Amino acid sequence: MNDSTQPALAIKQLNKTYEDGFEALKGIDLNVPPGDFFALLGPNGAGKSTTIGIICSLVRKTAGTVKIFGYDIDKDFSAAKQHVGVVPQEFNFNQFEKPIDILVNQAGFYGIPAKLAHERAEKYLKQLALWEKRDTPSRTLSGGMKRRLMIARALIHEPKLLVLDEPTAGVDIELRRSMWEFLQEINRQGTTIILTTHYLEEAESLCRNVAIIDHGEIVKNTSIRELLTQLNTETFVLDTKEQMDQCPEVSGYPLKQVDGHSLEVAVEKSQSINELFGALTEQGIHVVSMRNKTNRLEELFFDLVEKNLQEKANG
Amino acid sequence: MDNTQKWIAFSTIVRREIHRFMRIWPQTLVPPIITIVLYFVIFGRLIGSRIGEMAELPYIQFVAPGLIMMSVITNSYSNVVSSFYGSKFQRNIEELLVSPTPNWIILLGYVCGGMARGLGVGAMVTLLSLYFADFSLHSLPITIGIVLMTSLMFSLAGLINAIFAGSFDDISIIPTFVLTPLIYLGGVFYSIDLLGEFWGTVSLINPILYMVNAFRYGMVGITDIDVTYSFAMVGLFSVVMFGLALRLLETGSRLRS
Repeated sequence: MNDSTQPALAIKQLNKTYEDGFEALKGIDLNVPPGDFFALLGPNGAGKSTTIGIICSLVRKTAGTVKIFGYDIDKDFSAAKQHVGVVPQEFNFNQFEKPIDILVNQAGFYGIPAKLAHERAEKYLKQLALWEKRDTPSRTLSGGMKRRLMIARALIHEPKLLVLDEPTAGVDIELRRSMWEFLQEINRQGTTIILTTHYLEEAESLCRNVAIIDHGEIVKNTSIRELLTQLNTETFVLDTKEQMDQCPEVSGYPLKQVDGHSLEVAVEKSQSINELFGALTEQGIHVVSMRNKTNRLEELFFDLVEKNLQEKANG
Repeated sequence: MDNTQKWIAFSTIVRREIHRFMRIWPQTLVPPIITIVLYFVIFGRLIGSRIGEMAELPYIQFVAPGLIMMSVITNSYSNVVSSFYGSKFQRNIEELLVSPTPNWIILLGYVCGGMARGLGVGAMVTLLSLYFADFSLHSLPITIGIVLMTSLMFSLAGLINAIFAGSFDDISIIPTFVLTPLIYLGGVFYSIDLLGEFWGTVSLINPILYMVNAFRYGMVGITDIDVTYSFAMVGLFSVVMFGLALRLLETGSRLRS
């Protein structure tokens, strides 16, 4: 019935209607292959956290099935839970307990013997740079440390599927990068990872596949690479060596002057950026650096969500 | 989960619960001891010496079993209600809800944690009572049996209260407006023979009356109620509450969205 060839997560016709009548999920289907690094994206209130809540059984579904590595969360409750670890968006550990106790207790809830629980707690606290803080009351940890503590806790039973709900929200850039590296490493070691994030750069950097959810429906489910090929226009910011008193003009390229040393330009997929550079050089303007104005995925994301909204408005 | 894993999960919950009330012992263990000492000094020594005998016993001997039982009831209840509601409030109850630990293990774990505190405080109060009153033990099995069942029942009641509670006010309303009056009217300080026929009959709907009397019988050999009937009543209440608490956990009422 179950083996590693089964999808890490298989969701069929998942529906959730809350008691107040709000339909958070409208029969979604989702398949995440084993070993994948998968992004679940969507605006606030789209249904991401409800989906994660159902996967980890904190939210009761109204209809549909959820299987984790082939184990149905209703019929094979225990096995399904052994295979999944969850890092929620909000801090949900006892703030008065010490990190080491939080981890060892969590291991106990999965039936892991004390000796092994302590070994694993040491391993993950060290990997997440929390070992020095193991005996400190967790309420005194910084926000970033608390997030890492929740990741360590979710890994203590070594699940094959790790689900992270906004894992880097409010985390500084340096720490975010180190968390990315850690997640990439455990993914390389075979753990399937699903994450929701508002940082689309994060999804583009880490994930292979993506589903975009909006108003309780999956509006796109594809690979990041495939998604990016749908990008028709990219907006770049060009930094110039020379001071510009007025905005230069290049036929076919809508240039906009940001300040004396930078320009903004929207380049279509069919156009060549080299052609633009050449035209600017002819006008005595040399480009010294270039960057995307917005994250590429971000542009696509807004396009898709906007399109979905318009379709709804048109009935 | 196999049986070994279930045992590990159960013992983890119990150990965590004991660790919790031991860590905050000035809030959990010291106040009930001070309260009971005051009861012994005021009702036992100062007022009790002027009351004389109650049910043919010196008043302090009559009141001591009720005071011990009172500490068992309040501590069993308050441990579970505050711990479980605290876990709900901080959302760390989710640590258990996402795990494969079966609901009946969660229930037993919290209840045993409550019983550990209730019985621990009860044991300390019993030792203290020896300083104030002399009494021999009439029946060890009855004493142990009824105190265990009482602690179990009020731990279950505390859990049910915590599941329903939506705020910290909700976990103080029941102890203040239900539990305390039931204890005071449950024959701790008087024999129901003093109440007359009507109020004596009304008192019979108070479950604490059965527990206090059975415990008093076990300690000093006197009771207003048939002890067998007391065990049956406490057993029935415990079974009903266990069923209700388990049902609430199974349905995820007020715990899962």
